[in-house]
Amino acid sequence: MAAALRTLGARSIELLRDLGRFALFSLRLAVAGVQPPWRGRRLIREIYDSGVLSLVIVCISGIAVGAVLGLQGHNTLVRFGAEENLGSVVGLALIRELGPVLTSLLVAGRAGSAMAAEIASMVVTEQLDGLRMMSVDPLDFVGAPKALAMVISMPLLATLFTLFGIFGGYLVGVVVLGGDGGSYLSTLQDSVLFSEDVAGGLLKGGVFGVLVALIATYRGFTAQPSSAGVSAAATSTVVIASVATLVSDYFITALWGY
Amino acid sequence: MDAAHAVAKPIEIEAQGLCYTRGTRVIMDDLTCVFPRGRISVLAGPSGSGKTTLLRMIACLIRPDRGVLRIDGEADLAQLGSGAVRAFRRRVGMLFQGGALLDSMSVFDNVALPLREHSELGEAQIRDEVHRVFEAVGLEAVDELLPGQLSGGMVKRAGLARALIEKPDLLLCDEPFSGLDPPTVRRIEELLQHVNQSVGATMLITSHHSESTRRIADHLVLLLDGAAVSGETDALLQDDPRVAEFFAESASPAISKGAS
Repeated sequence: MAAALRTLGARSIELLRDLGRFALFSLRLAVAGVQPPWRGRRLIREIYDSGVLSLVIVCISGIAVGAVLGLQGHNTLVRFGAEENLGSVVGLALIRELGPVLTSLLVAGRAGSAMAAEIASMVVTEQLDGLRMMSVDPLDFVGAPKALAMVISMPLLATLFTLFGIFGGYLVGVVVLGGDGGSYLSTLQDSVLFSEDVAGGLLKGGVFGVLVALIATYRGFTAQPSSAGVSAAATSTVVIASVATLVSDYFITALWGY
Repeated sequence: MDAAHAVAKPIEIEAQGLCYTRGTRVIMDDLTCVFPRGRISVLAGPSGSGKTTLLRMIACLIRPDRGVLRIDGEADLAQLGSGAVRAFRRRVGMLFQGGALLDSMSVFDNVALPLREHSELGEAQIRDEVHRVFEAVGLEAVDELLPGQLSGGMVKRAGLARALIEKPDLLLCDEPFSGLDPPTVRRIEELLQHVNQSVGATMLITSHHSESTRRIADHLVLLLDGAAVSGETDALLQDDPRVAEFFAESASPAISKGAS
């Protein structure tokens, strides 16, 4: 019993230490991100890596999720004779929740893990030490452009996911199942408020972008210098970022009603 | 690298009573030695004896648990703040064992990076400087190549070019001969000696390679059991049986293989 308590205590202390290190790392990364020199070229390259290269999976997934929503929504609404509200159901579900959340999960799996693995492999191959020896801060040179690119990309990708999702819902609900296209679009337009729904979706996208960026860069910079360390950094990024996305989604919704 | 670019202020490093433990393993125990100004010092010793650890301490990448690392008899490297460390590193070039070139950037951009970060030079002047250093280390037509497209010897040369681009007062080389074939080892040896003669920087080289050590070391520091045996290479080889024994064993292929 005493041994179990000691273990629990030691793990709790280690968890708190890790949270403290993460908070300090986040602060240093934020300072590096807002201070000159501005690394525009590196930022554009990173936006390409984390944003542009995620376009295909985000768009395909958006259409697939919208199609499923269209199918399920139509089958359910038909029971109540309310199938003309399909646009509203699909649109609100995607804009408020599924767009930002699923985009964050997808981007954490594709770009977040790649980001963590790339930084971790730079630890293994002493590239970050090489930068330090040139008096170049790796957080500023490597971390900040990657994190900033993720923060910029995530809301844009979430918006695209949502748009393609609405299109997928239209394809199934209107083209395949024969619903009324005008009703789909008009109920969508009537029920979606920019100040609440769209702004909330964008806010969530931004918050998830910050979370995935911080977690991926932190796991990369603190990776053990071994091939197992690279793999652990990538895997833990996906797991922690996914959980952080879902937990923070609840709190954003509960606290601000988005 | 011509005399016009010679370095005016080579650094002397003095280690006093360094102790360093990793986990339960004692790597350094009261290690004391000097790396004389402007000379080629080779840090030798068996695997795990702390050669790279000492080099990384001098580079301020890790700190000793106890002890003092003086530069030019004054500042203690182990106590420097982050700003002073950055200033010190501006005087230091380091060749890492694997080159440590940024694999997402071309060889040219890797070598040009310190100048782009720290100097006011225009792109044309940076190009001239980089090509001058490429010529000094014997690299040509590698500007657009990525580090992954280079051979092992070329990676070392490119790493050395990057270490030399800001004309360092102190050059640290971690295992520059490892993994290279004998002709390339000879070329790197000649290159390091040429750089030392023309630039005048203090050079610290860690090496397992006993033949190379005999050929290029002015000053030898042999790490054995956490402590150091140091002095002029020829004198140590003649007078100290531990040094002679280490080099005799290192020269034996069977023992070398077993040790690795």
